[in-house]
Amino acid sequence: MSTTTTDTPVLEIDRVTLRHGDGDSTVVALDEVSLSVAPGELVAVVGPSGSGKSSLLAVAGALTAPESGTVRLEGVDLGAADERERARLRRERIGFVFQSGNLLPALTCVDQLRLALRIAGIAESDPRARDPRALLDSVSMTHRADRRPSELSGGERQRVGIARALVAGPALLLVDEPTAALDRARSHEVVELLAREVESYGAGAIMVTHDHDVLEHCHRVVEMVDGRLGVPAATA
Amino acid sequence: MFLALRELGFARTRFLLMGGVVALVAILVVLLSGLSAGLVNDGVSGLKRTPVTDFAFAEGTGTDAAFTRSVIDVDQVDTMAEQPGVVDAAPYGLLLANAHREDDSPVDLTLVGVEPGSFVAPTELAEGDAVGAADGIVISETAAEDGLAVGDTVTLDRPERTLTVVGVLDGQHTFGHVDVAYLPLSTWQELIAGADGPGDEVPAVATAVALRTDDAFDRTAADAAAGTVTRTLSESFGASPGYTAETATLLLIQVFLYAISALVVGAFFTVWTIQRRHEIAVMRAMGARRRFLLADSLGQAAVLLLGSIAVGFGLGIAAGAGLSASPMPFALQAADLVLAGALLFVLGMAGAAVAVARVTSVDPLTALGGQR
Repeated sequence: MSTTTTDTPVLEIDRVTLRHGDGDSTVVALDEVSLSVAPGELVAVVGPSGSGKSSLLAVAGALTAPESGTVRLEGVDLGAADERERARLRRERIGFVFQSGNLLPALTCVDQLRLALRIAGIAESDPRARDPRALLDSVSMTHRADRRPSELSGGERQRVGIARALVAGPALLLVDEPTAALDRARSHEVVELLAREVESYGAGAIMVTHDHDVLEHCHRVVEMVDGRLGVPAATA
Repeated sequence: MFLALRELGFARTRFLLMGGVVALVAILVVLLSGLSAGLVNDGVSGLKRTPVTDFAFAEGTGTDAAFTRSVIDVDQVDTMAEQPGVVDAAPYGLLLANAHREDDSPVDLTLVGVEPGSFVAPTELAEGDAVGAADGIVISETAAEDGLAVGDTVTLDRPERTLTVVGVLDGQHTFGHVDVAYLPLSTWQELIAGADGPGDEVPAVATAVALRTDDAFDRTAADAAAGTVTRTLSESFGASPGYTAETATLLLIQVFLYAISALVVGAFFTVWTIQRRHEIAVMRAMGARRRFLLADSLGQAAVLLLGSIAVGFGLGIAAGAGLSASPMPFALQAADLVLAGALLFVLGMAGAAVAVARVTSVDPLTALGGQR
């Protein structure tokens, strides 16, 4: 159920290798991994703990530079970008959704989104920026817009986290275990919401998850085992 | 400042506690500054309010007690007056005396003998006459506040001699915490010699040569010619009893206060920054510039410091106004307060900056994964 396949990929990961540790105790986190994400596509990455899923997110999110291979974001080679340029791409082109939301405790929901715009260096009047309140409305959080994270449930936090990742109009969404702290019903809601937002805004997304229950909402599922990517034996 | 201000509101208990500490330090700084200035006034205002730039003491006089030990001949005044760069030179006699009022209550006076009409003879009077009458004294305003008035007499204990208040000076004139009373040099010389009244043979001496000099004054050459040792006005403050010890003690306390406030602010922001490590990692992963995080955190420290210093100074100045009305030597000076406030702010910011600099070393990778 992939969307328009003629689009040029948002993200192209090509034969990327990444090792952790030093000396004798090196662990191969990513072993010749290749993955491409199209606009509007939600790709789920499943796999056991320590299989390299987080490393994949770190590499795709310009947080870690791979040892070999190339990562292209909208055609830009991240390997050629310095730390400053990678931070710029993170704030302008990439949206992160963290485990359990990782919202800032001091800010209300609407301020979480406004802070993300400030970090991105985008004025609220900028055409690239999306209206924080309208975005909260689209994730059904209008009624909680002026509450702080401590007053929200896990699912609500995650929905605000998704809205925050989208507010600066990113090309790529990177989602880290969004359902880790949620019950079944909430997990379905959140991942459904994610898929819907990704489709309607044409951003590409990678979601790392343990939760096989929610894979039905994703456009594509890949499995990671010992740093290698493959098609899973059985999907939902 | 977007995040900084919201955090101040969110964690207001923590910030209020911290601000309270800084405000208390600021109150102490204000009170100590006022006390320092008050003690300096008490110690040397009688010297400060003269147009004197230097005093030439007898050769070989140490600094610590020059005003009570030194004796010069009036001839040395004339020699000094001829030296290049000396605009004015006049004899200056100083004597600490115990006396009694008419009602027999004791009063301490610093008797300063000057030649009437010379440049050291005070001219700014609140009331009465200037120095001139043989047994007439012109007293400090502070002595007048203590109950002495023009026309009152005081009797010195030794030699026993009755002096009449003929004038009151404008402002505080004290030396070594004792009110100054000006009198003619000739009377002063009689008191020094222990003479009972005019007519006795008295030596032509004084304590020091009061000088007004300009840039052309050569201290070494002048001292060689006149047989004196010249000290600038501020150097001679050290000759006022207790002056050096008092100012050094208060300065030490103030230095400690500044150091304490810098360290406390630094410690607070260290803990605060560590508490926010995960949040900072999240913002770094979102691509926040280091400059953005630093400006936000330093802005927060600036708001905290400015607010608490302002509150502390407000309370300190209010308390100081109460003290000024009491007999405590207390004087608040705007320049001192501005300097103290700026110093507290700058040192507090330095402490915060050291702590906050950590935000740049937070690894955005730690935002991924489950640690919370």
